[in-house]
Amino acid sequence: MRTTAPRRSAILAGLAIVSATALLTACGTASGPGGDDGGLPTELGEFEGSVSILAWPGYVEDGSNDPAVDWVTGFEEETGCMVESQAYGTSDEAVNLVRAGGYDVVAASGDATLRLIAAGDVAAVNTDLIPSYEGIFGFLKEQAWNSVDGQSYGVPHGYGANLLLYNTEEVSPAPTSWSVVFDGASEYSGKVTAYDSPIYIADAAVYLMAHQPELGIENPYALDETQFQAAVDLLKAQREHVGEYWSDYLKEIQAFTTGDSVAGTTWQVIQNVLEGEGATTAVVLPEEGATGWSDTWMVASEAESPNCAYAWLDWIASPEVNAQATAYFGEAPSSAAACDFREDCEAFHAGDEEYASQIWYWTTPIAECVDGRTDVECVDYAGWTEAWSEIKG
Amino acid sequence: MTSSVATPPSGRAGIPQPRATPARRVSVFLSQHARTRLGLLLAAPLFWLGAVYIVALAALLVTAFWTVDSFTGQVRTEWTLDNVINVVTGALYQTVTLRTIGVALLVTIVDILIALPIAFFMAKVAGPRLRGVLVIAILMPLWASYLVKAYAWRSVLSEGGVWASLVEPIGGESPGYGLPAVVITLAYIWLPYVILPIYAGLERVPDSLLEASSDLGAKTWRTIVSVVLPMLTPAIIAASIFSFSLSLGDYITVNIVGGTSQMLGNLVFTNVGAANNLPLAAAIALIPVSIMVVYLAAARRSGALENL
Repeated sequence: MRTTAPRRSAILAGLAIVSATALLTACGTASGPGGDDGGLPTELGEFEGSVSILAWPGYVEDGSNDPAVDWVTGFEEETGCMVESQAYGTSDEAVNLVRAGGYDVVAASGDATLRLIAAGDVAAVNTDLIPSYEGIFGFLKEQAWNSVDGQSYGVPHGYGANLLLYNTEEVSPAPTSWSVVFDGASEYSGKVTAYDSPIYIADAAVYLMAHQPELGIENPYALDETQFQAAVDLLKAQREHVGEYWSDYLKEIQAFTTGDSVAGTTWQVIQNVLEGEGATTAVVLPEEGATGWSDTWMVASEAESPNCAYAWLDWIASPEVNAQATAYFGEAPSSAAACDFREDCEAFHAGDEEYASQIWYWTTPIAECVDGRTDVECVDYAGWTEAWSEIKG
Repeated sequence: MTSSVATPPSGRAGIPQPRATPARRVSVFLSQHARTRLGLLLAAPLFWLGAVYIVALAALLVTAFWTVDSFTGQVRTEWTLDNVINVVTGALYQTVTLRTIGVALLVTIVDILIALPIAFFMAKVAGPRLRGVLVIAILMPLWASYLVKAYAWRSVLSEGGVWASLVEPIGGESPGYGLPAVVITLAYIWLPYVILPIYAGLERVPDSLLEASSDLGAKTWRTIVSVVLPMLTPAIIAASIFSFSLSLGDYITVNIVGGTSQMLGNLVFTNVGAANNLPLAAAIALIPVSIMVVYLAAARRSGALENL
């Protein structure tokens, strides 16, 4: 009886040491698997058995929404990393959730990525450890929204443009310019629609880049006071002719089906649905170019399961899974080989570099101009939001 | 003899002494300490009221005086009046506040005008069977989701929708999406909440008074104006509290059928969701809160709160 007490405490001490070591190791690998001194990881360790993912809805499907839509089970079977996922609704929500911690992987749009990188919430990624990275389109790699100083912070997922959708019966001749919703909007007064988000101000800026070059807009997300005011004025004039703003894509589909809206900004997936319903609509990428989104899979800097996180980045970028996931969401895949598994790649202009170069991907406007100007201060996102409320009046 | 009645024999086997279980001891303790009993009884609901209800409201009030760091998006707990001054003086907020009050008032008036005859018919004319059927009919829409009803109105009011196909043959047209659509939809959604208090108020008007009024030679209109309405006013005010306050805070219906217009709720929503500016959202939320405080104070003076 007497010997048990010391023995038990010895076991406890042993356990304490083991767990402390585990804790230290966890801290040590926080920067990435096999990392040394917080640098880039150079090799993958053993899988931790679970991974926690934060993503847009529809990005992490395990068949619970639709048994046919499942690319999580295969991952779990192959790696033994059980996936826990959470969906978020806005980029701001994503930033807040990542900051609160507890996630290993996050899929973020360009208007969230830079904020996450700047705050140190996500870690640099060694793309050599992700075999599928090879197959990603070159024009998506090392872009301003997923890399800093040539160092990649994640794997591109999918991308798409905010296109001009119009009713082919009501709007003729077929528009080739955004002017149909801006300067020429009076012709379709009350039937023009626009995206209900402050980021839509960038769409007006893209239009102004082509039509008022004297403003000198270089990047629609870097607007100084004068340029910003011009964009806001354009949108205030547009508002007179707007029937309604949309942020719910089903709402826009319905408005175009009934004819309540005949022209306005849209996503490719909306046109796909409308086409399926036999509506008389078409989309065009106008000559001025367009705004769009490009999403990136990133690894949290405090990830508890960095090895599983890398495994997920590789899995989701592999052609078949990339095809499945981007097709389900309705966007172009980021992997060239993904088109072997999708039949609608052409509709999304996947891999069409010229098409992609006309897209201004969503970026968070910040006071320090993202186009590199240092002599002026740009209007930040808080200013954009305030202006957007004012535009809607 | 008498003494043996006054002091019962201790060894009697009639009622067994209850066993002193812990539960028994607690209940004995509680029966002797009335205040503890009351305290335990009220602790949970009071905690709920205090922590969940009042603290949330206080947090809202306090947040309005903080500010947000524009780069990190985190709330900074520095005291500033900027948000409140911004909201009180900003032209945008004044316009939207007036629009919101206008919509809420219109919805309330429309609802009361529709509810009065229906409630009168239910309370005074219909037999018990028909009354039951009517109550069910009025409560029925409450079983459907708010969103379903709002989207139903969206399709009714759309181009070529039910409304258009009904009135176009006689030269009318659908109001389309906009403020009229918002008033129609909200009036529909809140109607049950207006009918029920008025119906309850009418049931309290004795039939004998109506008969007495008629015996004294008053016509229908005279009876309604001089007898029914004065007795019904508190019930009408009580009903208006529902439709007015619910319309004041609404933002979903406006989003679905409101076209380009926005109400106070939308401003709060965009500042919480899109802009991540909780302090400004809290400051905006203070507008409907203060309007309702004034409204409720006025309603209390009229004695309508006893009818809720």
